[in-house]
Amino acid sequence: MSAGRRLALALGVLGLALLVVAVLALFVGSAGLSPRAVARALAGQAGAESVESVVTLQLRLPRVAAAALAGGALAVAGVAFQGLTRNPLAEPSVLGVSSGAAFGVVVAQIFGLGLSALQALGVAVFAFAGALLAAGAVYLIARVPGGLSVPTLLLAGVIVGIFFTSAITVLISVVDFNRLGGVVHWLLGNLAPLPPASLALFALLALAGFGLILKSARELNLLALGEEAATQLGVNAARLKQRVFVAAALLTGTVVAFTGPIGFVGLVVPHMLRGVLGQDNRLLVPTALVAGGVFLLAADTLARNVVAPAELSVGVITSFCGAPFFVYLLRTRYRASL
Amino acid sequence: MSAFVEFDDVAFAYPQPGRRREGAFTLAGVSFAIEAGEVFGVIGPNSAGKTTLLRLLTRVVAAGRGEVRLDGRPIGRLAHAELARQVAVVPQDTPRPFPFSVEQLVLMGRYPHAPDRFFESDADRAQAATAMEATGVRHLAALPLEQLSGGERQRAMLARALAQQPGLLVLDEPTSHLDLRYQAETAALLQRLNAERGMTVLLVSHDLNLAAEVCDRLLLLDGGRVARVGAPAEVLQREVLEPVFGCAVTVDVTPTSGRPVVQVAWPVPPTRR
Repeated sequence: MSAGRRLALALGVLGLALLVVAVLALFVGSAGLSPRAVARALAGQAGAESVESVVTLQLRLPRVAAAALAGGALAVAGVAFQGLTRNPLAEPSVLGVSSGAAFGVVVAQIFGLGLSALQALGVAVFAFAGALLAAGAVYLIARVPGGLSVPTLLLAGVIVGIFFTSAITVLISVVDFNRLGGVVHWLLGNLAPLPPASLALFALLALAGFGLILKSARELNLLALGEEAATQLGVNAARLKQRVFVAAALLTGTVVAFTGPIGFVGLVVPHMLRGVLGQDNRLLVPTALVAGGVFLLAADTLARNVVAPAELSVGVITSFCGAPFFVYLLRTRYRASL
Repeated sequence: MSAFVEFDDVAFAYPQPGRRREGAFTLAGVSFAIEAGEVFGVIGPNSAGKTTLLRLLTRVVAAGRGEVRLDGRPIGRLAHAELARQVAVVPQDTPRPFPFSVEQLVLMGRYPHAPDRFFESDADRAQAATAMEATGVRHLAALPLEQLSGGERQRAMLARALAQQPGLLVLDEPTSHLDLRYQAETAALLQRLNAERGMTVLLVSHDLNLAAEVCDRLLLLDGGRVARVGAPAEVLQREVLEPVFGCAVTVDVTPTSGRPVVQVAWPVPPTRR
């Protein structure tokens, strides 16, 4: 089967899965609405002020959209960082990039920026800057002549992550806690409903990052040959690395700004896809966008319902999945490269 | 015949002198030309500048002084992809981990012909198949490169370079990982490509005897300078080689092809310069 056909088939299956999970997420929740009530609200037959309309359209629907977007963006960022560093374990949270972005968000919140559309753009800018800073630091620490060493890269990511997490703690301690309302919940990844305008901005930024990485997918394959060989094949390696680096930081920063630093999505999702589709970034990047959405949406639906009427942070679920998965990868498939 | 590649007084030094030995890995005013259609060999001791010369030609690094020209045009003015359509490099070995199959690797050679295309076209796949056929790896197309032997990997890399349909094929130490049989096969394949397709070949090698056997002309580098350029019989002479390599050698003539064959004169008495 040609690569194009495999991509179309994979996208079809994943799209269907996304639809199923999204419908499921709309129909279950702590409000205990009957399926019929939810269907009425979705069809616009319930009154605008009715409980089922408010819960379905203003709480659950935006949350479903945010989860799908965040999961997709994080998974694509994972594929991008893995290709860029030629390291299968690279991922926004493992590399400390999420922590850098979170630091940016906390700084933005100290300046009083909230989640209305225009302010959200400001928060996203801060998060993007934080992500760039952290990713740049990791890159500089781990760079050795001829590339990046796998163990050093992972260590550098951990260290940069610890640094920014500490910096966040300092800020929280120093600043009046009330001004940082909900920051602790947010730091674990929180898919609170976003206003439509913010959601649109989220989608726009995520699609921009995705587009840049999709455009670079074929060149990322060539980068697996090494930078020198990629250059000799006609790739402008410096420009490629810059573009993917910026795009992956943009994706990470955007997700962190709107939903908090949700960990390990960029590790779990790409690796499941690699198992099925192989290592071609042209297949991985587009499928990661959809599969990441499926994964995070499923995780969030679980987070909303396992301890209902209370709620877990979605980041707790992804970390509970991701951390053992990371250990598994480390101990089995990538043992030789460490 | 016209000059396909020209090095015109090219000098280059790596930017961090503290990290390399003084004077090592540099070129100091190198001039030579490779004619279209010839098999040209670059030989010389370690750190004579062979790899640097190859990197300058493929724009991995830029010359500090002088100019490298391809078909009369300075390579600095060519786009990366444009250069890659003209010059294909077969590196010493593949990086590991390398997660792609032989066919995926060979298809990468089609990139410079349509960098904006997302998936390769049917024509690209046909080219890749032809290239794999030419180097005898078509039956391995679906295998991951990492499962291949050294010789098979080498031929897969050669197929990738052929898929680029270059005017100039550059080989960096092509036989360093190969046993005698594959060395012989590689040499024969190079000569066939050169004869049948008129492909210009640049061979960078430690192996003086391979170079002598397959090359029309040789360039002997010594400490970043041209020690001698000419036919193998002119370059591979005892008086030329001994001061460059710093050891005594004997030069004979092979009975089969009449080309020179160089051997170290064991035991090795260090010669004084």
